[in-house]
Amino acid sequence: MMKPATDDLARPLTLDELVRGAESEQPRLWRSLEELADPDAHAGRAANAAARAQAAIHGLGDVGRRDVMKVMGASLALAGVAGCGVQPAEKIVPYVEQPEQIVPGKPLFFATASPFGGDGLGLLVESQMGRPIKVEGNPSHPASLGATDAFAQAEVLALYDPDRSQVAVHDGRVDTWENFLKFAIDLRTRKLASKGAGLRILTRSVGSPTVLDQLRRLKEAMPEAVWHSYEPVTRDAARKGAELAFGRAYEPTYRLDKADVVVALDADFLCWGTSAVRIAREYADRRDPDAPTMLRLHAFEPTPTVTGAAADHRTPVASADVLAVAAALAKALKVEGAPDVPLGRAQAHEAKLTALAAELEAAKGKAVVIVGDSQPAEVHALGHAINAALGAIGSAVVLNAPAEGAPVDQTASLVQLVRDVEAGAVDTVLVLGANPVYEAPADLKVAEVLQSDKVTALVHLGLYNDETGAIAHWHLPEAHFLESWGDVRSSDGAVAPIQPLIEPLYQGRTVSDVLAALLGEVGVPGRELVRNYWKAKLPAETFEKDWRAALRDGVLKLPGEAPKAEAPGAPSLAKVTWPAPAAGGDLEVVFRPDPTIWDGRYANNGWLQELPKPLTTLTWENAALVSPKLAEQKGLKDGQVVILAFRSSQVEAPVLITPGQATDTVTVHLGYGRAKRAGRVGGEIGFNANELRRSDVAWAGTGLTVDPTQTFVRLPITQHHHDMKGRDLVRTQTVGEYKHPHEGRHHEHPSGSLIPDWPGHKSEDYEWGMVIDLNRCIGCGACVVACQAENNIPVVGKSQVLNSREMHWLRVDRYYAGDDAENPDVLFQPVSCQQCEKAPCELVCPVEATTHSDEGLNEMTYNRCVGTRYCGNNCPYKVRRFNFLQYADKETPSLQLLNNPDVTVRMRGVMEKCTYCVQRINEARINAKMAGGKIGPDEVVTACQGACPTRGVVFGNLKDPESAVSKLRASSRNYSLLGELGTLPRTTYLSKLTNPAGEHEARLEVESHEEPKHG
Amino acid sequence: MPQVFHPSANTLSRVVLFGLAAGRAALLGTMMLLVRSPFQTQVGVVREQPVQFSHEHHVKGLGIDCRFCHSSVETSASAGMPPTHTCMTCHSQIWSGSPMLEPVRASFKEQKPLAWTRVHDVPDFVYFHHGVHVQKGVGCAECHGRIDNMPLAWREKPLTMEWCLECHRNPEPRLRPKDEVFVMDWTPPEGSGLEAAREANPKSHVEVGQLTNCSICHR
Repeated sequence: MMKPATDDLARPLTLDELVRGAESEQPRLWRSLEELADPDAHAGRAANAAARAQAAIHGLGDVGRRDVMKVMGASLALAGVAGCGVQPAEKIVPYVEQPEQIVPGKPLFFATASPFGGDGLGLLVESQMGRPIKVEGNPSHPASLGATDAFAQAEVLALYDPDRSQVAVHDGRVDTWENFLKFAIDLRTRKLASKGAGLRILTRSVGSPTVLDQLRRLKEAMPEAVWHSYEPVTRDAARKGAELAFGRAYEPTYRLDKADVVVALDADFLCWGTSAVRIAREYADRRDPDAPTMLRLHAFEPTPTVTGAAADHRTPVASADVLAVAAALAKALKVEGAPDVPLGRAQAHEAKLTALAAELEAAKGKAVVIVGDSQPAEVHALGHAINAALGAIGSAVVLNAPAEGAPVDQTASLVQLVRDVEAGAVDTVLVLGANPVYEAPADLKVAEVLQSDKVTALVHLGLYNDETGAIAHWHLPEAHFLESWGDVRSSDGAVAPIQPLIEPLYQGRTVSDVLAALLGEVGVPGRELVRNYWKAKLPAETFEKDWRAALRDGVLKLPGEAPKAEAPGAPSLAKVTWPAPAAGGDLEVVFRPDPTIWDGRYANNGWLQELPKPLTTLTWENAALVSPKLAEQKGLKDGQVVILAFRSSQVEAPVLITPGQATDTVTVHLGYGRAKRAGRVGGEIGFNANELRRSDVAWAGTGLTVDPTQTFVRLPITQHHHDMKGRDLVRTQTVGEYKHPHEGRHHEHPSGSLIPDWPGHKSEDYEWGMVIDLNRCIGCGACVVACQAENNIPVVGKSQVLNSREMHWLRVDRYYAGDDAENPDVLFQPVSCQQCEKAPCELVCPVEATTHSDEGLNEMTYNRCVGTRYCGNNCPYKVRRFNFLQYADKETPSLQLLNNPDVTVRMRGVMEKCTYCVQRINEARINAKMAGGKIGPDEVVTACQGACPTRGVVFGNLKDPESAVSKLRASSRNYSLLGELGTLPRTTYLSKLTNPAGEHEARLEVESHEEPKHG
Repeated sequence: MPQVFHPSANTLSRVVLFGLAAGRAALLGTMMLLVRSPFQTQVGVVREQPVQFSHEHHVKGLGIDCRFCHSSVETSASAGMPPTHTCMTCHSQIWSGSPMLEPVRASFKEQKPLAWTRVHDVPDFVYFHHGVHVQKGVGCAECHGRIDNMPLAWREKPLTMEWCLECHRNPEPRLRPKDEVFVMDWTPPEGSGLEAAREANPKSHVEVGQLTNCSICHR
């Protein structure tokens, strides 16, 4: 065997030369700050690694082909013997009475809704023989429009979580619901006598009309009892802001279909806030470059978000400076009562703000300012005043009536509870579905307060026996919404019924059940509680029909005309006391709900823990996000542990340097640092940002200090994995360049391929293909979780992610563009198997485990795979995933229920990858064959496509010129990833478009100058 | 000097040399035979069942159609097993006191399902769909054999991949008009096959090339 000359080892990778050769006029793409600073450093490291790998191979010396054959031969023989086992006998257990509609092997879909944060999202849940296994959006529900977010996709895993609370616990001993009922009846008798004095109920945000009605009736029976509600990701500021401006605590929501210019003031409206799924769809629809106008988005934000990444113009400003930005806009738009706030640190953006104000002025009636939930109430009030001046109230801004009887200021409500307990006015606290011990701001010392001797009964109802369960006298397991009856309102005013997909796995109960016990309605089933409420609300004669229709469609049709949006008076800023301008120099801490595990409620959900967080690609942990400039000032490095001190608290947190972060702002995410009892997955990881939170500092506060330590940790980020060597991967254009294609700069030069055509039969009817519209993708990650749920993709855990062994078939790559590390452009690109027509992986498989189908799928046959990993090494897209260990859980009984029966559960030593949801194609094909027809052009919907809130993924039959995918492929924006390799991918991308301000005007000017020439 | 080797050593050495050459082939052959033998494929093995149900009696004797019990066989992947209720539609009237049927009555009374032992079992990574096979005109008997002649059910065909592919590569000889799918003793008329089946039922258009895609059965 020839050894390479030693010179070769020192020579940088030839791949690197390729990179240089392929350099185009594209903005420079970079993945990490090191790479931006010194592109050669990265190439050098890669060359080193390659050299080491080469040396390792040649280090085997002259171990010849024969030795390899000997070893292989023995293993083959053993594999053959291992194959000789008689299949174990299996049982078939038919029903005693077959339920109507259930046909073994055929899934059923039921409409229900997720009550996340008191704002309903309509869902259709797939049930296989009584097991809910996959969540889809409900097209009839106005908040879903057929799509979901990542949280809803992961709810099935939450349902089957083996760490969920399974038994009632009374004073540390296992007890029963019946005994709790005895306690509740006794409590009711006592409290009726005392008119409810000393009784407190604490919930999260309530979106259920039934529960709100129960609480109202309880208040009637026991007037001195108090209902508190607290949601860690609170919308207090939005409600209070509306109250300041309009005199009533409206819940604002937005309609982007009615706006041409949108200004997001610290608002991540694409992923956070009410109706984010619907708003994301409206946003994407308004970004259609072929429509007459394209929406333009400006974002001012302290920390990079998905919305900021989508913006045409993004400006990092400290959270405290957002008021100054809003005030400057208000001044320029001559809003009455606009405060005089010096721009301060935002002075640099003055020109930009003047131009933006002019743009808003010009787009009056079609412009809207969206203030984020993390901004104080005053900024919301100012935002309403600006929107009124822009004529957006009632068109792009919809003001909904708040939930009846609910506290406007949830934080104040929680503070009130704590003060009352301290004052000895409370003896019984019912914590229903909340976890205040973990979630509450640190200064309230909720754990201490609730353990006071005066509280004689602390009852906790929760999905987990968590931090609050630990100190409660009574803990009751809560039913997951997929196993309970209920209803939920969404911010659009639609009401969706919640119906169970399965009997409660652990005898869980709902908030409604506990309240019913207090109302003396013991033994009324959950279904009747909901029905009884609606019986009184809906016309009696058609109730049964309406109810059945609601369960089928997932939306309750309310009688009378559609609920009209409230028509408030003009907003006034007279009552607003403006906060003092932020003092410069001090560091600011900004709290954010975690993008994947939210406020910690999904901490024990492995899918969401392993979903790379958009922008940072961090998994399994939270970190303190700092700007590159601040890191330089303080000498911080990625993974360096720092001590964050805010007021009297401090926490230790690893640093993650984040381009796009405002200079003086440090962002921390909620949801981590849970106690061990939060579960085997989510307990004791990360740090608890609630420790820094204060009841007066819900989202941002100045006065943070950052002290570096000399401890370093490796952060499980997926950023450096799946390196594509910075080639022309994500293409961007401005909308002007798109509309004037003669200036287009993208030309594909596919080289020929040495790979021969697949010799087999070719289908006459179908050629599957996918188009991913990068102009629609917002990088939220819903598709990744949907893929994981549909395809039984295992969770590997933090240590395996650190080894780059995550199993996601679909990943969302994130690239930075531009030369400004403090504020780069962010580009997202979902990448799954590209289903190459000339697939490099197929040629190298020694056992033909990966082959080409006649419909153009690049198939993967798991039972044939022997795990050589040649295919993965030969794949230019790095989309094949190898089961290095037995990742799929074959032991835990409840997780067996979760598996999709249409997809093989892979074992250790097997390669796997995306196959365009071939199980769904097969189902459609079989159904079409049985009906004697053909599959419709857009009939098959892949899991990622179904979940995508922005409809950025389109799948279908390329043979049919009428299919959506064929039409999109004809677009001039269409390109193949690494098309120059000649792999002829079946997945193609549409380039991302930006709509920068001023481009249109500049072009008009150029054209008017050019006109005479054309004569 | 005496001979070092006994004359028998000649034979022995021949046997050893032959054995060295043929042994490997024999070992390989034995293995190949083993995986095709009823030991591995369980062909002809009668499983113990909670009730000694006779297909012979019910199908041949009484003439009950397959679909009476296996109700989803025409539409779903699973043929469907009858719920206890189906058994009791008749057996609450006839043989209602038979000791043989005690488990059925107990199941009905206690609402506890019967647990049958699977006779035809493909590995979990194989996705077989009854509905499409029936719709395309594959008779029950093609895979299940003459179940109407089985007092207790056993596996008639090996259900190996080789066996599946035999038909997927060349389905014509095993297709029949759709009306005849559930007929146990159907024999093809002269010149039948795919063409005949297509004529008899236009829905049975079978794309043979497609049937050997891996993802047709594995996903």
